Parts: sequence; structure tokens; C-alpha cells
Amino acid sequence: MQTDLVRLGLLDSGADFSIKYLHEVNLFGQTVYLTTTHVGLLVVTLVLVILAIIVNKKIAKSKPEDTPGMLVNVIEMAIEMLDNMVKGTMGINARRFRNWISTIFMFVLLCNISGLFGLRPPTADYGITFALGVITFCIIHYNGIKANRTGHFTSLFKPVLLSPINIIGEFAVPLSLSLRLFGNVMSGTVMMGLIYGLLPPPITTGIPSVLHVYFDLFSGCIQAYVFCMLSMVYISDKIGTE
Amino acid sequence: MSGQDFIYGMSAVGAGLAMIAGLGPGIGQGIAAGHAAAAVGRNPGAKSDVTSTMLLGQAVAETTGLYGFAVAIILMFVKPFN
Repeated sequence: MQTDLVRLGLLDSGADFSIKYLHEVNLFGQTVYLTTTHVGLLVVTLVLVILAIIVNKKIAKSKPEDTPGMLVNVIEMAIEMLDNMVKGTMGINARRFRNWISTIFMFVLLCNISGLFGLRPPTADYGITFALGVITFCIIHYNGIKANRTGHFTSLFKPVLLSPINIIGEFAVPLSLSLRLFGNVMSGTVMMGLIYGLLPPPITTGIPSVLHVYFDLFSGCIQAYVFCMLSMVYISDKIGTE
Repeated sequence: MSGQDFIYGMSAVGAGLAMIAGLGPGIGQGIAAGHAAAAVGRNPGAKSDVTSTMLLGQAVAETTGLYGFAVAIILMFVKPFN
């Protein structure tokens, strides 16, 4: 990757958006690398876990008759928003899925906006988004089989002539979900890398912040929302909302 | 100019051509946003529903453009034609 960037004249100008190898590990006779993606994932996971522990302590200590503090208020607002989002799409099944959807929303959101804090966004690595897509695929079909038993499979052959298209359509779901997230975050990362390479050093301190607001904050929030929304639509399509 | 350099140059041209795929989603998202604005103008009470539906539709419409982007990235950095 590095030599290719030099050949394309991108590394000389300082443009930098590739995944970096940080450390080499030999595992079962194979050479694997610790990359910037792993660092980003670790930071995001640690932030989420620490936040969860702090909030849990605060909520357990607070009494119903007290006025809630700053943090508890913000968390209550966020949870209410997430609950309403799940309830608006999934209806009666919302209780079963809100934990999963909220978790994936917070994870993807933090991953997307981690570009603001100098990390390379983990979701700009296809390995991460494809894993998320495959998990969603498994959840869709587990719940479909649980709800409809054999009807889940026979519905694929409802118009017999269209069955190949139906089957391909099922396998296109995780691909399009993961490629959408990856493409959006990656395009933001590439644009920011090119702009940082283009501008001379004294200007890069203030000017790109406007673009960070669009490419990291706005686009990241929209894509986290869209990923959760589409997962919910696909799941409730299989299990029915009545 | 060696054959290898020619392949790199043509890969860059192909990546640029692949990004023409951005044209379609741009038009599609603009149409969706325009109709959503009209819907909010007609019924301002349904603003949040209209907005979420519009965002979902735009995200789906964006997929084809992102396929073009993926092809461009693959042509530039993965180099399938070596």
C-alpha cells in the first residue's frame, strides 16, 4: 500500500488515508498484523464499556425522588430517543430488539465520529462492516425461522419463476448493508485525507473543521441511523409487525 | 513507458470513469429531497415521519453510487490487473 501511494504521488504530498500496519504478530505459522483499525476498535469499545459502567453506577445510586443530574438526564434522553426509534419501526416487537439495535447504533456512531479524534474510523475497513452485515443477516434469518418455521423457506419459492431472484436478494442484503456503511465512511476518510494533503500546513489547523462537521459528524450520524433503520426494516419484514 | 506504467495510468482513468456513477444518486436524492420538501409544505405536522422516510430512501438510492466508488477504490489501490 505504501509504495503504491508513493507511485501515485499521494504520499509525497502528505495525503494519508490507508490502513497502517503497526505491529507484526506470528499466529499459528501465519503472519498477521495489528492495524490502525484494531486500535480504533479498542478505543471505541473501551469508551463504550467505561461509559456503561459509570452510567450504571449513577443510575443505581440515584433515587426516584431526587432531581436527576446532568449525565443521567442526557442518558435518559438518549435512551428515550432510541426506544422511540425502535418502537416506530418495529411496533410490538420493539422490546425484543431494542437492546441490540441501541448497541449497534451507539457502536457504529462512535466508530464513525472517531475520525474527529484523530483515529482512523474502524468502519472505513471492510472487515468491520462486513462482520456487522453478516451478524444482521444471521439475526434476520434466525428470527424469520423462529416466527414462520418452514414458511420462512417456502416463501422464497412463492412465484416459482422468481425464486432465483428471491434467493439472490436474500444474500444481497448483508452485502448492500455493509457496502453502504463502508462506502460512506471511506469516502469521507478519503476526502479528508486529500484535503489535508492538498492544503499547506499552516492552513490545516482551522479550515478543514467545517468539512469534518459534514464528513464525520453529519454523515456518520446519518449512516448509523440508516444502518439501524434498515436492519429493523429487514427484521420486521420477516417476522411481521402485527 | 513500460507496460506496467500504462496499466497504472489506465487504472486511474478507469477509476475516474467509475465515479460517473455518482451522477445517478445525485439526481435521485435531489428528487427525493424535493418531494419531501413539498410534502412537508403540504403537511407540516408530519415533518419527522417525512424526514425519516426521505433519509431511508436516499440511503438506498445512494447504494449504486457507492458501488462505483468501491470499484474506483479497488482500481486505484487493490490493483486487480497486475
